Amino acid sequence: MSYLSGAGVKADPVVALTWGVLVISIAVVIIVSILLLAGIQRGRSRVAAVDIELQQVERRGNALALVYWGTAISTVVLFGALVWTVAVLAAINAPHAKPMLTIEVTGLQWWWKVRYLSDDPSRTITTANEIHIPTGQPVRVRLIGADVIHSFWIPALTGKTDTIPGQTNVTWLEAQRPGVYRGQCTEYCGEQHAHMAAFVVADTPDVFQTWWNDQLRPAAQPTTAQEVQGQVEVQFRCGACHMVRGTDAGGSVAPDLTHLMSRKTIAAGTLDNTIANLAGWIANPQAIKPGTRMPVLNLSGQEVSDITTYLQLLK
Amino acid sequence: MLRVIPIALIACLVLAGCDRSSATTGSVAGGDAERGATLIAMVGCGACHTIPGVSGARGRVGPPLVQIGNQAIIAGMLANTPDNLVTWIRTPQSVVPGNAMPNMELNDHDARDIAAYLYSLR
Repeated sequence: MSYLSGAGVKADPVVALTWGVLVISIAVVIIVSILLLAGIQRGRSRVAAVDIELQQVERRGNALALVYWGTAISTVVLFGALVWTVAVLAAINAPHAKPMLTIEVTGLQWWWKVRYLSDDPSRTITTANEIHIPTGQPVRVRLIGADVIHSFWIPALTGKTDTIPGQTNVTWLEAQRPGVYRGQCTEYCGEQHAHMAAFVVADTPDVFQTWWNDQLRPAAQPTTAQEVQGQVEVQFRCGACHMVRGTDAGGSVAPDLTHLMSRKTIAAGTLDNTIANLAGWIANPQAIKPGTRMPVLNLSGQEVSDITTYLQLLK
Repeated sequence: MLRVIPIALIACLVLAGCDRSSATTGSVAGGDAERGATLIAMVGCGACHTIPGVSGARGRVGPPLVQIGNQAIIAGMLANTPDNLVTWIRTPQSVVPGNAMPNMELNDHDARDIAAYLYSLR
């Protein structure tokens, strides 16, 4: 998650500007330091052995000329940086082509709800924390705030845009090549602000379409007795908050679990999505992410085992 | 009589040493503890267990493994021998069906390395 290298047409000009301004700033510090040290050295040799109180202020012509030159050079450089900055802001303000895909991202304490919008309502899906996009084309992102202000930031692809309750902000991003780009909430939003990561997974358009079609499938059906029991428990214990499409679990205040196992992390990037982490998270989420909206359900070992076994099916 | 006391004390120390070494479990044949520690982090054992030396392993679901190398019984029912520990790590659902610890699809090699690391915790 570095902002010093970009991976898309929106990030590249910003990265160049970042480096450019950084180099100019370092050069200014070095030049000013050298002039300052030289001035101290010169003044010191001149007043050596003279009583300080008798020293008069000297006004020499060339000293003022130095001030003029310094002001002129600084003005030119700062004006250049201003023009460059404004040009970059203008260049990344809007994508070069009309986006074909719009994704609605909602910031919540402490995760991201991700909805894929489509003119065909049957192709609308909801997932969490992992934003899949096709490479080589701009994608519009509608940002919604659900509780407090969060900020959406994928350093390698796009700068920060806040998600504000009551106001829909719109940004866009574009990835040039396939990859996983980590993002992070960058507006302090409460106890677990640091555990609020997002991942943009960029794939070629074909792979992306396959992924979207996969996500449209209803949840896998249980077959073994334990899986059936696990599904019953998920509906009963988890279904008020979580959705598993095709079952009675229909909650919408927590991440959609229909294809949970297709995601690489759980709890918004807090843990890798392994079976051990999943079991631990279900049994005691408050120990892993204190303050998370998911309560400790006081499940028995058998229930944890049943639920974890069933969730493994949701690929 | 006074001479006997130091001898008895030394004997106690020696016996205590014997007792300690018989309760502990030795090492796992062919286990690479360093690789085991890496595996523990990858698998996610720390989501449930507190495990010294593994970053982020502060789970509060199952027992802390702080001194598992000195522990007599594992899973509440097995003697803490290397083979039993490896079996438990590989297939906890076969040992105690329906307990909260899932089968993590580890192979024998991985389970041995993890056990080797756990036995270094004393």
